[in-house]
Order: sequence, then structure tokens, then C-alpha cells
Amino acid sequence: MSYIGKPKVAHPKMPKNDLGLTARDYEGTVSTLCAGCGHDSVTAAIVQAVFELNIEPHMLAKMSGIGCSSKTPAYFVSGAHGFNSVHGRMPSVTTGANAANRSLMYIGVSGDGDSLSIGAGQFVHAIRRNLNMCYIIENNGVYGLTKGQFSASADIGSKPKKGEPNQQEPIDPVSTALSLGATYIARSFSGDKEQLVPLIQGALLHEGFSLVDVISPCVTFNDHEGSTKSYAHTRQFYHHVVDADFVPPAEEIKAAYAKGSAMPVELHDGSKIVLRKVDEQYDPTSRASAFKYLRERFNAGEITTGLLYMDESRQEMHDLMGNTRTPMCQLPLESLNPGAGELKKILNRYR
Amino acid sequence: MKPTDTSNPEYFHKVVDCQFACPAHTDVPEYIRLIAQGRFSDAYIENRKSNVFPGILGRVCDRPCEPACRRGRVEERPVAICRLKRVAADHKDDIVDRLPTGAPSNGKKVALIGAGCASLTVANDLRPLGYEVTIFEALDTTGGLMRTNIPQFRLPPTVLDEEIDYIVNMGVDVRMNHPIDSLKALLDDGFDAIFVGTGAPRGKNLEIPGRYDSDNIHIGIDWLESVAFDHIDEIGDKVLIIGVGNTAMDCCRTSLRLGATDVKVMARKPRGFFKASDWELEDAEEENVEIIVNHSPKDFVIEDGKLVGMTFELMEYKVDESGGIDRGTVVGEKMIPCDDVILAIGQDNAFPWIERDIGIEFNDWDCPIVDETTMMCSRDGVFFGGDSAFGPKNIIWAVAHGHEAAISIHKYCQGEDLHDRLPVGVNLSSQKMGMHEWSYSNDYDPATRRLMPHVDLKERFKKLDIEVELGFTAEQAVQEVERCLNCDIQTVFAAELCIECDACLDICPVNCLTITENGDEADLRNRLRAPAENLEQALYVSAGLPQTARVMVKDEDLCVHCGLCAERCPTGAWDMQKSKVLIPYAADNQERASGNS
Repeated sequence: MSYIGKPKVAHPKMPKNDLGLTARDYEGTVSTLCAGCGHDSVTAAIVQAVFELNIEPHMLAKMSGIGCSSKTPAYFVSGAHGFNSVHGRMPSVTTGANAANRSLMYIGVSGDGDSLSIGAGQFVHAIRRNLNMCYIIENNGVYGLTKGQFSASADIGSKPKKGEPNQQEPIDPVSTALSLGATYIARSFSGDKEQLVPLIQGALLHEGFSLVDVISPCVTFNDHEGSTKSYAHTRQFYHHVVDADFVPPAEEIKAAYAKGSAMPVELHDGSKIVLRKVDEQYDPTSRASAFKYLRERFNAGEITTGLLYMDESRQEMHDLMGNTRTPMCQLPLESLNPGAGELKKILNRYR
Repeated sequence: MKPTDTSNPEYFHKVVDCQFACPAHTDVPEYIRLIAQGRFSDAYIENRKSNVFPGILGRVCDRPCEPACRRGRVEERPVAICRLKRVAADHKDDIVDRLPTGAPSNGKKVALIGAGCASLTVANDLRPLGYEVTIFEALDTTGGLMRTNIPQFRLPPTVLDEEIDYIVNMGVDVRMNHPIDSLKALLDDGFDAIFVGTGAPRGKNLEIPGRYDSDNIHIGIDWLESVAFDHIDEIGDKVLIIGVGNTAMDCCRTSLRLGATDVKVMARKPRGFFKASDWELEDAEEENVEIIVNHSPKDFVIEDGKLVGMTFELMEYKVDESGGIDRGTVVGEKMIPCDDVILAIGQDNAFPWIERDIGIEFNDWDCPIVDETTMMCSRDGVFFGGDSAFGPKNIIWAVAHGHEAAISIHKYCQGEDLHDRLPVGVNLSSQKMGMHEWSYSNDYDPATRRLMPHVDLKERFKKLDIEVELGFTAEQAVQEVERCLNCDIQTVFAAELCIECDACLDICPVNCLTITENGDEADLRNRLRAPAENLEQALYVSAGLPQTARVMVKDEDLCVHCGLCAERCPTGAWDMQKSKVLIPYAADNQERASGNS
């Protein structure tokens, strides 16, 4: 952490978005994480993404659990709603919040401990429900807040700062989400904002559960030689398969793409994601081939990144349940709670 | 781009905009930090090393440092550097025992012509080296134009006397009332070197009809001199000042104090094309001086042998996109009544006392040809400085010339090559005191520029010598110093330590850092995270970074030197290091010659 806050002085020619706000207006308090933490870069990427999407701060809800990652919602969009929940319980709290108010945009920031150990059950069920949220895992392979023990995402053979290498099979959030039927699955790296920012933008606008697994090195406990989640290792084995360009609703796709390699996918609000296939064989719309590809690359020691799977056809939680488009929190009490008489009628239907 | 060569002292020197813009390269951030710490005497001594007259210049400097100040680019107004200097002079203790002292004679004699700021600077630098210094002054007082042309309500004589005495008391032989009529004769007097610091003493005339038909038409600088020596103590009610430079500002404000009630400054061109400094215009307008634009003098109107007014041609100008102005077209004519006219349209050099057959070459404007580095003219052993060297500039330029001339005179007298001068150097030292502690106040203070308190408008006209500016209090000075961005505390980058975590990029409040693929400068400027449109400010480009071979690029333009890049850097690749620019003086050149450096 730093003793002084980020000075309230800005470049006089900073760009403004449609709301007349600059990226600085989407910042939060100054980070208290270790200097050089990948999470701070993810925070900066979220700020950039939300700024460019012209999101009104009060229409955003920041959800988190416990851990270094889960502290970060304090560091972006001060004007947004937020809930810092019990360890691993962010998905169920978000489910509740979203059930009550579907008009907000939900961004959950979690870590490999919060999502893959204590909160694993919550994580998988949020996917199963296809909860409409952007779920970011800041994945560094260690429990940073408790001094660097391996987490469930540590790779076999990865060396700790002190002690013996990890021997247990890692849980890969991307493969897990793929097998559970998540509808937007991406992986990126905190040190590559060019890739990360559009992935977060797509995830925020995607209707349904979107997972962004971000390799976010722990600069204090997991950035040494022999670590598979260090800055250097990630850069060395980084493998883009599908990059994504985000195109806002009003804009046309202007960039020139080589035929066959670019795939525009329209999102529900009319904006588009252009999938740029770096590897021609990869098909980001097929769960089966994506799964196979990921396993092969994983076994080859590569870190596959990009927008790995996307399905815009599946319904999110509210639509699956046939809920009204009006957020429940805005319904008058009489329609929300029609009374004991109505309940009796409904129950009678099932007798 | 190639990696920036930070071992070249010029690189970091240029980042310290104020110091770089100052002709004498005064270490502004250093001395104003000392002021904030209440170390007024230390600040004064630090300041005096380069600018010699902190008390005088703290009041009347043309302040090239302030338009250059980075604060003026980050927000609207620069740090009030000039008036902070005055705080050091006003609040210092007795510093006489810390001043350089004259040394026993080294047997070399130097003559300085004119007791103005240039000659005094030469004396200041040469007396401590043992030179016997004689100043020849035509008037019966020292200070030159500083005394005769700057009104006392801006620069009290006591301040002048104090700082001039510091130099004269080093054992300088000042011969008052001793005009030099012939340089040839002086050359025969056995001096080892001669320095000409006679200023630009001739006010420009306006040769239009009626010019010589009245005694109420005055040349500005001569008139100011007469006022300074009490030869003139009144003026008519209605006064027109022709010209809108800093001398014009002094003339109009002086007129008000001599009883004028209606003073108009007549400008040929529109606002924005005035020669006067903004703050001098402000001060004059505060005193209700009217500035009338687009009036070009045509003739003086004389009735019955008495000046009754002036006719002006009304002008219209076209300003092009790049801000250039055309010669204008006449669209009408107007008579403006007046009792007196003061001409303040510029000054010329005049050297009737320099013979043209003694080996001194003159240029087309009848000015001697002077080497800009050595300050020597085409005759060996004769040096020039101040306004007499390259035409009218200002006091701080004269001081800078004086320092350079002193180095040359020393080298000349010791038989050394004048061009073999000590280069500018730089020392870098880390300012890290702890995990997140720096030896300087690194937080950005959003305070706006402090306003200079002035004597009440009615009060100030009662006497000619009531100093208008009251000076900052110590408290105001501290607040103003906090606005300084400490540009001499440099961001120094060690590429080999960088792990490209982006922490510095994310925390930088003004987005001046970018990690990207290298390219040429024009290309890089287009790819940075914030527009890098100020081409006068350098890009600091690193060597290739270890992990991706990309480069770290810093646009120096708007960096507020808050040190957060260094605080957020996990590997210490960024560090905040103070750059102390080492400007060589005559004494340093002597030390090197004697093997002490």
C-alpha cells in the first residue's frame, strides 16, 4: 500500500465517455495490496472496461467474498453498489441480489481460494443457474492473504517459495465451467490488458453467467522461478487462441479481418464481439472440441487464453424461471405478494 | 527510439523546466523547498550561487521560469517562484559571514565598465579568485538600470544597496562619476581584461511630426532616470504612454504617483501581442491605467507651442491560424488630448565611446560581435555582457552573461583556452527513506496559486517609494511551495529489474507511462496511454524489458513527480532520485586547474 492516495490530478486531455466521465471517475480508493500485485492490474482493466461501456456507476453492483481478490471491489467504481460477503458465499448473495433487482449489472470478483475451495459449491451452482453476472477469478495459485500456501488451482510440480512442490491435481475453473455449461468462458492474464479489457466488456454485457479466469500473479508469494503462476512463466507459456474485440452497439465493425478467422457474435444489447481465431482449428462454439483442445494444451504446459467458449442462445436465470422483465424490487407489494388467497389457489392447482 | 541516455546531464536538467528556462539555471525546486522548511538563509545562499541578487530579482525578475513551470501545464497557473525568492531574502538572517570573500590579489587587473548587474556579477565571481576588480561608473551611484529605470515602488533602494554592497565589500574598487569616453584609452591603462556592461542606454525615439516642438514629450528610460534622481517630480494630468512593454508599465505607474489623473497606454497592436509581461500589465490595470489597443501614433498636436494631444491611426489586424499577425490596415484616425507623452517603445545599444579602429568588429546594427559562449568580442581580452552584448534582455540574462564572462576572463588571464569550459554535470541521489517514505513532500497539493498582497490603492499613491507588493508571509510561502511538483526529483528507471506487472501504469495519476513495442518517436507518441502532444517535452524510453522486449515509455510532459510509480514498483525498477545540476562557475574552473576537483 501507499501512504498517499492517488493524487486527484489528471491529464487535462483525458478522454471522456458518453456520460461525460473520465476513467478517473471510475476509480475507487487506493489499493492496499502488495505493490506489483496482478489484482491491481485487473482492477485497472475493470475501470477501463466499465468506463468505455458508459456504465452509470449506480447501475453496477460489485460482489465479493474473502481474500486478496475480494478486497479489490473497494478499488474500483466508488459510486457503485457493493457487497463483501462471507468467504465463498459471493455467488449465493449475488443470486439473491440479482433475483431482487435484475436491472443492475453484477460483477463478482473472487479468487482461486474463494471459488475453488471454500466456495466451490457456490461457484458451480451459480453456473448451473446461469446467473446473469460477470464472474472474475483472480487466479494466482496461492493463498496470498495467509502467506502463500498452495490453493486448489496450483499446478502439479509448481514450486512454492519455501517447502515442497505441489503434488495434487489442480482444479481448472475454465474446464469446470465448460463441463457445467457456462455460456461465456474466457481466460486472460493481468499483464495483458489489451486482451483482458474487451473480455471483461463482453462478460459484462453477456446475458447469463460469464467467467473470466485471470492469471494474476502473487508478486509476494508466487512470482519466483519454478512457479507456474509467475509473471515470467505466464508470459513464456501464454497461448492466445481466440482474441476478442468488443464493438459497442452503435458502431460498425471497422477493423479488417482475414476471412474465416473472424467471427462476429451479437450480444443481447446489440453490441458485438468479434472472435479472432489465432488458431484456425479452434472452435469457440463447440464445448466438446474446446474441452479437448484445452486438455491437450494443458498437458503441453501451455496456458490457453482468449474467449474460449460462447453461447448466446441459452436463457439466463430469470428467463428460465419465466420471471417478469421488471425488477422484482420495483414491483408493487400487491403484485409481489398477492396474498394467502392467491397462494391457496396456486397450491390447489398441484393437488 | 534508442534508450534515453540519462547519463547526459542535459536530459534531467531539461525535466526541471524552471531551472532549464532560467538563463542562470537557478536551482528553483531546491531553494523553494528550503523556504518551506523555514531555512530562509540556506535558501538565500542556494539562490545567490546562481542569480546573485535574490532580493532584487525576487521583486523584478522577468521570471522566464514561471511560464516554463510544469504546474502551469497540469493546472492553470505556475508556482509563484519569483515572489518565493523574495521570501528568502526578506526573512533571512544575517548571512554576511556565509558570502564569498575577496581573496588577496593574484596580480591580475580587470576593468568593468558600468556598475550594473552584469559587471557586478563578474566582480562577484572574480574577487574571490584574487582578481583586482575596478568598476567604472558614469553616474554617482551603483546598480545601473536596476536603480535608474525600475521605480522605487517596485524595488526599494535599500534592497538594491544591500545586495550590491555584498559584492562591493569583497574589495571592489568602484569609481563613481567616472564615465569611460574612450575604450582605446582604457586599453592603454594596463588592465589584463576589460568587461563592458554598459547596458542598452538609449531609448528609441519616435520621429513623427511635432516631435521636437514641445518639452512635454519624454523618452521613457531617461524620464524614469530623472524621476529616480529627483530631477522630475511632477507631470501633467493627462499622460499618454506610447508602447506597451515593461518600461511603459513603469512609466504609467510612475506618472500616477507624480500626480497624473488620466493615464493611457497606447498600443499599436491588440492584446496578446504586447511586449509587457502579463503580471506587469495586471499591476498597471489594477491602478486603473487604461490600455488602448490598435492605435498607431501619427503626429503630435501642438497648439500655440503647447502639446495638446496626439493623433493616432486606428488599426485593424488579421491574425492567422498559427497566431501570426499582419502589418495591419488603417481604418480611421483619432485625436487624443494629453499634457505629456512618454515614449517607451524600446531601447538601443550605443557605443559612441568605442573607437572603430581598435579591432572590435561591429555588426549591421552597430553592435559589437560577441561570442555567445565566451562573451568575448573580436578583440582578445575585451568581454561584453548584459544588454550591451546582444541588445535589451533582462536582469537575469545579464547575471548569466556575467557568470560566463567571469569564467572567460579567468581563463583568458590564466592563458587557458576559452572554449575548454567545464561541462554542466549532474548528481543523482535516491530520495527513498522507507517503504513509502520519500525525503520530499510527494503528495500533490491541489491548492491554487497564492495571491500577492498589495498596499491599498489609495495608500500606495501617497509617496513615490511605497513598495506596492507586501511579499508573502512565511505561511503563504509554505502553501505556495507545496504547489511545486519537485521536478528535480526524477523518475529513474532500471529496465533490467522490470517484471511488467503494470503497477506503475495503473497508479500514475496523469497516465504518463506506457509499456509498448518500440518505434520511432512520432509513432510512439501516437501509441501512448495519454496524448503526448507537447513536442518540447522528451519521451523517456527504456531499454528492452526482460520478459517481452517491449519498452517502458514515459512522457515527461505532465509528470507530477508524486513517486507513486516507485512506491508501487515491487522490484525497485523505478526510483525517485534527486538530480542536482552542477553549473560550473569561475571558481570551479579554477579548482579544476589547480587539480582539486
